[in-house]
Amino acid sequence: MDTLIAWILRAIPFGTIIMYGALGEIITEKSGNLNLGVPGIMYLGGFAGFASAYLYENSVAEPNMVFCVVLALFCAFVAAMFGGLIYSFLTISLRANQNVTGLALTTFGMGVANFFGVFILDGRTATQSLVYKTFQTKIPVLSGMGVIGQTVFGYGFMVYAAIVLAIILHHVLSHTRTGLNLRAIGENPATADAAGISVTRYKYLATCLGAGISGLGGLYYVLDYNQGIWATTGQIEALGWLAVALVIFTTWKPLNAIWGSYLFGMLYWLYQFLPTLIGFSVPGYITDLIQMVPYLVTIAVLIITSLRKKREDQPPASLGLAYFREER
Amino acid sequence: MEYAIELRHITKTFGSVIANNDVSLDVRKGEILSLLGENGSGKTTLMNMIAGIYYPDSGEILVEGKPVEIRSPKDAYAHGIGMVHQHFKLIDVFTAAENIALVLDKHEKYDIKAIKAKAREICDRYNFEIDLDQKVYEMSVSQKQTLEIIKMLYHGAQLLILDEPTAVLTPQETEKLFAVMRNMREDGKSIIIITHKLHEVLAISDRVAILRKGEYAGTVETAHATESSLTEMMVGKKVELNIERPDPVNPHLRLTVHNLTVQNAEGVKILDHVSFDAFSGEILGIAGISGNGQKELLEAIAGLQNPDKDSSIVYYPDDDRDSTAEQLIGKTPKSIRELGIHLSFVPEDRLGMGLVGSMGMVDNMMLKSYTEGSSFIADRSRPRHLAESIKDELGVVTPSINTPVSRLSGGNVQKVLVGREIAAAPSVLMTAYAVRGLDINTSYTIYHLLNEQKQKGVSIIYVGEDLDVLIDLCDRILVLCGGKCNGIVDGRKATKEEIGLLMTRLKEDQEGGVA
Repeated sequence: MDTLIAWILRAIPFGTIIMYGALGEIITEKSGNLNLGVPGIMYLGGFAGFASAYLYENSVAEPNMVFCVVLALFCAFVAAMFGGLIYSFLTISLRANQNVTGLALTTFGMGVANFFGVFILDGRTATQSLVYKTFQTKIPVLSGMGVIGQTVFGYGFMVYAAIVLAIILHHVLSHTRTGLNLRAIGENPATADAAGISVTRYKYLATCLGAGISGLGGLYYVLDYNQGIWATTGQIEALGWLAVALVIFTTWKPLNAIWGSYLFGMLYWLYQFLPTLIGFSVPGYITDLIQMVPYLVTIAVLIITSLRKKREDQPPASLGLAYFREER
Repeated sequence: MEYAIELRHITKTFGSVIANNDVSLDVRKGEILSLLGENGSGKTTLMNMIAGIYYPDSGEILVEGKPVEIRSPKDAYAHGIGMVHQHFKLIDVFTAAENIALVLDKHEKYDIKAIKAKAREICDRYNFEIDLDQKVYEMSVSQKQTLEIIKMLYHGAQLLILDEPTAVLTPQETEKLFAVMRNMREDGKSIIIITHKLHEVLAISDRVAILRKGEYAGTVETAHATESSLTEMMVGKKVELNIERPDPVNPHLRLTVHNLTVQNAEGVKILDHVSFDAFSGEILGIAGISGNGQKELLEAIAGLQNPDKDSSIVYYPDDDRDSTAEQLIGKTPKSIRELGIHLSFVPEDRLGMGLVGSMGMVDNMMLKSYTEGSSFIADRSRPRHLAESIKDELGVVTPSINTPVSRLSGGNVQKVLVGREIAAAPSVLMTAYAVRGLDINTSYTIYHLLNEQKQKGVSIIYVGEDLDVLIDLCDRILVLCGGKCNGIVDGRKATKEEIGLLMTRLKEDQEGGVA
């Protein structure tokens, strides 16, 4: 039982990181832009949010807790949006190849974040800082109520914000004119254009907002999951690719991202907890193999949806294609 | 006289090409106007200017007597103008209602229930049959077209422009469309219909406006027009309406199809025990409402389908029947060609199956010949000569033989494709809707090419939709109905009524097909 609880406690924060990444990417892909720069964007968000809060706390005598959190969120969002803006300009305005641009953005984001991360923060930690504490704060009272309290209410606010965000995005996509227009653009930009919808504006906005949301995943990773330590490891990149895989897994539906991300978290940490749970010992060198399971599940989903050929489960029809108005 | 729209001295150029030159025409309120013209005469361009896709270089557009500026499709909607394009502007994964909602004014509330209620009202009023909750990808072409029209009416269109609406419809669907169009006319709406089919022009419209090479050639009352008078106005000179039909010379058996059965992915029999013979030096016509197995029949012969076991397609190279007869079932197009059998196939989907749109004429020629010769480097000079000779002989209008063929007009694309297939010196030539979307002159060029091949002893299988052409061109006509061979008639004796009946009503004695 304890193992299971520990497993869930590990899986849900892990899932939250990729949920942010995936939610942002769903919005982006719904507009027909396949942004493979998610890992780079998460790096940018994580670095900017962490650095801004850190510098603020260290330069003010009595830092304000609320301002500190808002500043971190704001900077993470803006920095990640900046990544999205680069991507948008290249692929929408200049019509550069989306895959190449995305991959370049990943390398770029990683490089920028790691360079400045080391330069400014020099491996310092913020474990004593206000912002870390706030991100870590569990829901009072409820989180103390036994197993349920621990596993359901025992997380920082970003976990719940992700769920709320997924529900909001679902509502916007399915039940509002904005969502209808956005989906139309991802499916058939020429038709949307003829209907008087500004394709370029929607694509820019969706890609930048999507990048901003993905960037929050990076911030959550640094300030909560990684316990307020800026570490120049490749971990964020791995999470970013997992977020891209999660988008496919959800079949481009935000609500599926909620359970999908937690499932990915469980599967990712399978190697550490499952053997103990069933009383089975696994040699260390197998763990990397087991961490592959989320990707295998994604491939399985791809195969199943391809076989079922249900149109609603397919990617947006114009995903990855630049839109030229004059082309006939 | 009240006019729904008046065009005055409209001119539009694309680079150095003049698409419309000083065109003036008007549409009365509550009338159906046919817009007639050859391919490339500027009909669609002119209509696109009313619909806000293009903006005229000069000239004036008046809606209900007032001069207006139409710079975008939104402007056109605002002036009550709606256009149904040949390529539907619909989102496949949306429902009918969602597609209607997509074009709504931003300030209107997004309420799918209210939208459906209002759309239902329109359907009842004009007698449209549609399920508003159906996804577009589940709809037939005719249903999609209906949805486009409803969409326009929903947005308050007083003037509807239909760009070749019947090109994709069966005769019954066309009748239904015409009935709806008449209902709309009764209701005071004005309609412009672009079409190539003269009998439809005569059947549906009140007046006919004719464009010739981008210029306005006049408007006539339909009541005073005949097919030949309209053709004369359209092409500017008298066109011989009779298609020549040389008698088959020394015909012998070329192809025996027996019990051909093809199932689709869902296990439905698209072709059901079809049996017939095709002879050298004759044109065998295939008639039928579209989607009754014509495509699958040609593809099965070409080796592109997977027919059932008891099917048989036997090819006889020359007079002696038994020695070198080849069974084509189970062979790929490549292995058929390796046997020395030249089957040429002009598919319905010219830029999908026939040619590669982004490649020029030369490269498209090479698709058939790149395996020839033993050199490691592909021979480009012969394809280039072939492309040049096709361009000269068939009069293909293209800036260069290396211009991507997707930039050419439909007629020119077809000439390139037919030219290439004929150049392969086929013994069997199959064409599917060879003249669809082509103007009359180009169509005659195609008929002439087919007759030339026929006289060379080629066995031609011609899938067509225009019964008049089938009766005039073909020696024998096989009629498909529900995937079955519903009879083979003599092209010289058959009547339209006879074939029409065979197309729509399956004969009762269908055991094992008709030989």
